[in-house]
Amino acid sequence: MTARRLFPVALVASLGVALVFLTLPLLAIFLESSPADLLASLDDPGAFDALGLSLKTTGVALAVIVVLGTPAAWLLATRRFRGHALAVTLVELPLVVPPAVAGIGLLAAVGPQGLLGPALEEAGLELVFQTAGVVVALIFVASPFYVRQAQATFAALDPELLAASRTLGASEARTFARVVVPNALPGLVAGGALAWGRALGEFGATLVFAGSLSGVTQTAPLAIYERFSSDFTAALALSAVLVAASGAILLGVKLAMGPGALGGAGARG
Amino acid sequence: MVLALEADTTLGDLRLQLALEVADGECLAIAGPSGAGKTSVLRVVAGLLRPRQGRVCCGEETWLDTERGLSLAPDRRRLGYLFQSYALFPHLCAWRNVAYGMQDTPRALRRARAIEMLERFGMAAHADSRPATLSGGERQRVALARALARKPRALLLDEPLSALDARTRAHAGRRLGEVLRDSAVPTIMVTHDFEEAALLADRVAVMDAGRVVQTGTAAALAAGPASSFVADLTGAVVLHGNAREVGGGLTEVQLDGGGTLRSTHPGSGRVAATAHPWEISLEPPGYGAGGSARNRLPATVVSVTPVGNRVRVALRVPQPVAAELTASAVESLQLEPGTEVVAVFKATATRVVAV
Repeated sequence: MTARRLFPVALVASLGVALVFLTLPLLAIFLESSPADLLASLDDPGAFDALGLSLKTTGVALAVIVVLGTPAAWLLATRRFRGHALAVTLVELPLVVPPAVAGIGLLAAVGPQGLLGPALEEAGLELVFQTAGVVVALIFVASPFYVRQAQATFAALDPELLAASRTLGASEARTFARVVVPNALPGLVAGGALAWGRALGEFGATLVFAGSLSGVTQTAPLAIYERFSSDFTAALALSAVLVAASGAILLGVKLAMGPGALGGAGARG
Repeated sequence: MVLALEADTTLGDLRLQLALEVADGECLAIAGPSGAGKTSVLRVVAGLLRPRQGRVCCGEETWLDTERGLSLAPDRRRLGYLFQSYALFPHLCAWRNVAYGMQDTPRALRRARAIEMLERFGMAAHADSRPATLSGGERQRVALARALARKPRALLLDEPLSALDARTRAHAGRRLGEVLRDSAVPTIMVTHDFEEAALLADRVAVMDAGRVVQTGTAAALAAGPASSFVADLTGAVVLHGNAREVGGGLTEVQLDGGGTLRSTHPGSGRVAATAHPWEISLEPPGYGAGGSARNRLPATVVSVTPVGNRVRVALRVPQPVAAELTASAVESLQLEPGTEVVAVFKATATRVVAV
């Protein structure tokens, strides 16, 4: 076989290995145990509490990320100011911080003995061992995924469209609402899906910062971890539900936004 | 109402430094090569670019006065801006694009008003089409309707025809000419094409490297270019050489590479001699030197290209020269690449400018 033929073969082979490696563990969750056993294990009300808590906390976290992150990403994408590069780096920092470290950091910042602990206590705001604490941990680890994608999407918009809107009498705010958001929507949804996926799988920061109290802070990943030492089939069952739920949402977003919606950073237009 | 502009600013390596005035109903074309800063002039007027120093006044209104620290936001300057790429909103259909700027029109009337505007440009049938489904010419018409829908106090056109193919361009040019004739507001049009400027504008300002080098009617610029740069831009033939006075009010130009020309324009030293392609006729060699034309240059045909109802003949003398003839003249002379001819033009049609 000549080198000319070898290259495409190598490309196909590498994709094949990657696909098998990436899908086998997910398939195994469904194949390892019989469907009847999986269904029986789901009878556990604790599992449903964990799933419900996961959906609730990731939903609230995503809403906060979108509301606060969208204007921040717009500012980073459209303005050049002193410290711009630093601001971008700080926003990205949680991506590389190990989740357990994030949890420790949150404890040190907003825990009872933390920097802002006394102030929060005075305000009657408790985070540790509380559902609100889970949301805080999720926002911390997941927001960079959204802000980065939103910033890249905004930066890729045709600046002439924004200029046209301004010369047609629209203020910057109106331009943002009427031109920027509609044209950036596929990218923003993709960023939201990435952030949501990261939040759904969050484990370390939540465990360290908010603990693993069933029904209060025990999200689905924490519940899976708790079951895995005692009842592997129950862990498998919960995992299967989580895989199915996240797969369904990923597919739903793809279908709703048309082809290419989740094609990666800046895949728009 | 007059649109008056003064700007002095640095854009990267370019120093933009100019002052312009455009009267009501007048169209001023800014012509020049790309990179001359033409679009930046429009952006200063529109408020999309803030010069270090400058003033923009439209009638009674002052839109920008850096000395007073005044700069109106783009959305508060009532103007119509036709972008080079048209910048139609891809997520809105044609009528919603046109209605976008109608904030002053009651919501219920916007659709009817927008379709009325589209009708003016023969685009009412496409009111519900998205820009992606329209051809280049159709997009240009929607963009023009959108720019005019706000009843602007000034009109800015950035290369209005350059994104169109040759056939659409002629048609779109005629329609744009009608719009400009009906328009009662000052218009600034940017173009790299002198012919487009000559066709559409009342006056042409030639811009090079951030400055206006000459302003006048297109005919005046073509007849009396102040520099070889302007002559070249007007599409004239530009021949370089050395000039000296030879008496009788004539200037003789010794051309680089060979040949001499006479001109009624004064000049000396390094010059460019210019003439228009339609002022140059061709004769077979040895046809006779008895005519009134003083300039006869032996030339070789390089190419023969039909342009509309004319034929453009590229020649070497050995500097490049272009002549425009009728198709029948080309036929009777049996012109083809390699043919030896004599390029003939009058000394009065030969202008001399210092380089």
